[in-house]
Amino acid sequence: MLAKCLKKACQVPSSLGQQIIAQRAASTGEVRRVTLIPGDGIGPEISQSVQQIFEAAGAPIAWDPVDVTPVKGRDGVFRIPSRCIELMHQNKVGLKGPLETPIGKGHRSLNLAVRKEFNLYANVRPCRSLEGHKTLYDNVDVVTIRENTEGEYSGIEHEIVNGVVQSIKLITETASRNVASFAFEYARQNGRKCVTAVHKANIMRMSDGLFLSICREQAALYPDIKFKEAYLDTVCLNMVQDPSQYDVLVMPNLYGDILSDLCAGLVGGLGVTPSGNIGKDAAVFESVHGTAPDIAGQDKANPTALLLSAVMMLRYMNLTDHARRIEKAVFDAIADGRCKTGDLGGSGTCSTFTQDVCNRVKDL
Amino acid sequence: MLSRTWSSIARVGPQALAGSNVVSARQYSITAPRPLEIAQKLKVTIIPGDGVGPELIYCVQDIVKQTGIPLEFEEVFLSEVHYTRSSSIENAVESIGRNNHVALKGAIEESAVLHTEGELQGLNMRLRRSLDLFANLVHIKTIDGIKTRHGKKLDFVIVREQTEGEYSSLEHQLVPGVIECLKISTKPKCERIAKYAFDYATKTGRKKVTAVHKANIMKLGDGLFLRTCEEVAKQYPKIQFESMIIDNTCMQLVSKPEQFDVMVMPNLYGNIIDNLAAGLVGGAGVVPGQSVGRDFVIFEPGSRHSFQEAMGRSIANPTAMILCAANMLNHLHLDDWGNALRKSVNDVIEEGKVRTRDLGGYATTIQFADAVIDKFRI
Repeated sequence: MLAKCLKKACQVPSSLGQQIIAQRAASTGEVRRVTLIPGDGIGPEISQSVQQIFEAAGAPIAWDPVDVTPVKGRDGVFRIPSRCIELMHQNKVGLKGPLETPIGKGHRSLNLAVRKEFNLYANVRPCRSLEGHKTLYDNVDVVTIRENTEGEYSGIEHEIVNGVVQSIKLITETASRNVASFAFEYARQNGRKCVTAVHKANIMRMSDGLFLSICREQAALYPDIKFKEAYLDTVCLNMVQDPSQYDVLVMPNLYGDILSDLCAGLVGGLGVTPSGNIGKDAAVFESVHGTAPDIAGQDKANPTALLLSAVMMLRYMNLTDHARRIEKAVFDAIADGRCKTGDLGGSGTCSTFTQDVCNRVKDL
Repeated sequence: MLSRTWSSIARVGPQALAGSNVVSARQYSITAPRPLEIAQKLKVTIIPGDGVGPELIYCVQDIVKQTGIPLEFEEVFLSEVHYTRSSSIENAVESIGRNNHVALKGAIEESAVLHTEGELQGLNMRLRRSLDLFANLVHIKTIDGIKTRHGKKLDFVIVREQTEGEYSSLEHQLVPGVIECLKISTKPKCERIAKYAFDYATKTGRKKVTAVHKANIMKLGDGLFLRTCEEVAKQYPKIQFESMIIDNTCMQLVSKPEQFDVMVMPNLYGNIIDNLAAGLVGGAGVVPGQSVGRDFVIFEPGSRHSFQEAMGRSIANPTAMILCAANMLNHLHLDDWGNALRKSVNDVIEEGKVRTRDLGGYATTIQFADAVIDKFRI
């Protein structure tokens, strides 16, 4: 394993790749600490489920739970507690449940704060059809990689005169290069064949044009990965007709937001899709579904999304063996279907599902 | 007539056997009674566009000629790819103005090579701007005979603003490596599109209008759109109004598409939803659309792909373009002709004997058109 990693590290031309791999190779073996943000609503239940399953699987992970309820600072502004940021600095890896984001309350959301602090520029969402959860599409295996820091969501907007609003979409070479290089690196490490850059450079010739040219530049550095380009509209059209033609998709912020949710829709919604925000030296993995306050505390929640996010986290930390086992146990439990939760059409509860996965993990 | 049939066999080559029943069917249509003539033919402009556009437009022209639909065409060639051959926007506008303010158009490919310095706007955009075609209307409707994944009957309408937003072509480089792209939203245009959507809903007896936006992130830009839609909704108490965030809309479309009725949205989201929804009912080849302004209407396929890779191979599905022509006939008050044309297309698809590749058959564009001509009865 180590030899393989080292071999890979030698091949990788970009410094980013070397850094990631070197960091991971050094970290196998000992117990790793992970910041756990249980979240609101159903968050605590599903976080507990993840902890139980990890214990059953014997994964070398120690959790540092942290409360992220915003606190009022000395200047009167609400912020996330500094303890959370400190822990993240120590651990470098976090797992996060769903958070209630009070709209219009005037404090920066945790996502944004952590993303800015650690420059988590890439959002990764693998969408895979689950056996045992039938949807209209049963051959989906797509990974969307989305630029996370700029684009349409740069938040720069102003009203020029009454009734005329200008929103700015910002595309920079650095951010585009970061995400493009990450996409190819991801494809190589996960044994994927093809990266497709999704763009709209026929309309936004300069901004999307820049993104596209950076993708091409990076593609030249990864001759083993096939590179394709596609218009956003074409991808949407083809995605709902035949999702199997795509592998890894890389794109700017807004397109990524839309396509990742579209892909999640293909495989059964946000309740079963994991997500990870990855930067140069830190990463936060999360479930992107809502807090579901209506079923909170009733043991009805489905922990799959958070579990699969935690599996992604294990892979990121190079604990691939544990990742594989837990993932298999989850997939098996859903395929078996006896204990799957109500949202997947089963009659199980959060705790019976967790128990089922625990038993399977022990048997593997 | 007959020679054309022969030439189509010659072109088809090895598939001639499969097409032979079509040919024999065609011979009956020669003996069919000629449809009634009306005093004057109506003139419309055609803009063939790029890729398979010309093939599809000529296919429609052929159908018009063979069935005696009282239309006459004036062709204006616009292209960014073959820019030296392209006519000017002014010519196109003048031609459409002369010909009943109506045009039938194929997709114009946006060229990656810029021929004019500093001009970021594509031909499509300039045409829309100069005719002020603010609304794009795409009617998503399942056609009997086309298998879909969801197997549900869909019938909804997508109204898209298409003169501002991300497509304003205002972009510049601040410092090397940093590019700023402006998205402009204005109150009058938001109001206009919202009104159009509600008016359309009222006129066609639809119940609900859904505004699609991303106002949770773009609080000012999309916020303006959403607020304006809410204000306009108050003037139409009989029509239910709801709003939905774009990413959720995409997810809903692939899981529960039957919940939508009329959808209204800004430019870029419209582009996404148009194509996504077209994918739900059979692809780019079967969904007609139209771009509407105060004075002009252009009929064009709902998802505007030039389908370059199929150019000259006669494999594209002409359904969308023929349905566009049918809608155009209705617009020109030639209702009998329009309905007859639509019915003949639907019949051909429902029967399922002549299917193009996208629908799982091996028929050519020409064979499909021939089948439509056979079915045409008025």
